[in-house]
Amino acid sequence: MQKSPWIIHYDGSSCNGCDIEVLAALTPMYDVERFGVINTGNPKHADIFLITGSVNEQNKAVIKNIYDQMPNPKVVMAVGICACTGGIFRECYNVLGGPDKVIPVDLYVPGCAARPESIIDGVVKALELWEGKRRKRTGRESIQT
Amino acid sequence: MDTLTLILYVAFAPLLGGLLAGVDRRITARMQGRFGPPILQPFYDVVKLFNKENLVVRRSQTVYIIFFLAFMVFTGGIFYAGEDLLLVIFSLMLANTFLVLAAYKGSSPYSAIGAERELLQIMAYEPMVLFYVVGIYMASKTFYIETIATTQHPMLIRFLPGIFLGFLYVLTIKLRKSPFDLSTSHHGHQEIVKGITTEFTGPSLGLIEITHWYENVLLLGMVSLFFAPNLWLGAGVALAIYLLEIFIDNACARARWQFTVFSSWVVAAVLGFGNILALTLFG
Repeated sequence: MQKSPWIIHYDGSSCNGCDIEVLAALTPMYDVERFGVINTGNPKHADIFLITGSVNEQNKAVIKNIYDQMPNPKVVMAVGICACTGGIFRECYNVLGGPDKVIPVDLYVPGCAARPESIIDGVVKALELWEGKRRKRTGRESIQT
Repeated sequence: MDTLTLILYVAFAPLLGGLLAGVDRRITARMQGRFGPPILQPFYDVVKLFNKENLVVRRSQTVYIIFFLAFMVFTGGIFYAGEDLLLVIFSLMLANTFLVLAAYKGSSPYSAIGAERELLQIMAYEPMVLFYVVGIYMASKTFYIETIATTQHPMLIRFLPGIFLGFLYVLTIKLRKSPFDLSTSHHGHQEIVKGITTEFTGPSLGLIEITHWYENVLLLGMVSLFFAPNLWLGAGVALAIYLLEIFIDNACARARWQFTVFSSWVVAAVLGFGNILALTLFG
């Protein structure tokens, strides 16, 4: 089982609610670093791409770029209802929908705003997916610990 | 001494360095009111990194990182084998140069700024490190670490209090702790992303981590040399100093490079050179 999920967090066009809940997970109250989670801010160091907010014409290229810069194996998580479907913004003329319109998304965490508990739960699910992808890539059964 | 300690260093320095990093992260978390990751977290991180893809901008990046590791093991090896202290200092500098070259190879703005800041940091700490060697020589009349460590003489720190304090000041730069973690930081976010390590992924980032563990064990060894011939006391003090560095790391904001260079030189001139002057006049 993967024990060191490093996360890159990107906020698309949203109300910043989910954005703040993601950062709340780093505070002493929730302290996700207990599980080895680090918010890296660098796509080249990240294992999990965590997106909040919907995708529009402006940030489409940015999301694609961040995704391409991440080394395999990688997992994409859409957090909050805007990132899942476009949410309340889906009818806007410039909004395409969720990030799954641009890149493959592995995991959806609904909520408006998504609670820190469900975000942490989503990260734990993402770890299982990451482990599956690693096994497929390297062909090794267990991570060498 | 010599061969045995050399083998012990090459085999166990990464273990000790990794454990120290784990304890560091736990204590840091506790100081911030958090629970913190497991003590073995740095090892989980490195194992994970070796399971990742090695994305590079240029293939030669990885080659430079391998040289960085090789020269760091060589440097620590000759230190713990009790060889020449002068050679230790200069090969340590060579090892760090390979990291800077690797970062320049990444050719992104962040890693280029990181590399330049690393050069400024080298410029900041190098004078004090040279005074360290000169001071140790003046107090013990030899450059050979084995002779320094095994000959019965009064503890070196009795002659070198200024150099000891000055060396602690630049140790903060070498351990990459705030306020002097300019080129890259252990903490999540920095204004230049991850600075010097921005362009390294997976295995090559893992090698950089392991090299830092070797380096930290070497640096703590250099601190304990002040307490020769009581090396066990020295090792205890070195660990206490590491705890002090964790505290400083958490208590300080990042300084600007101008302050880093200027203050390190003032410290080197006053504490380092002053100490040597006093030894020359009254020693």
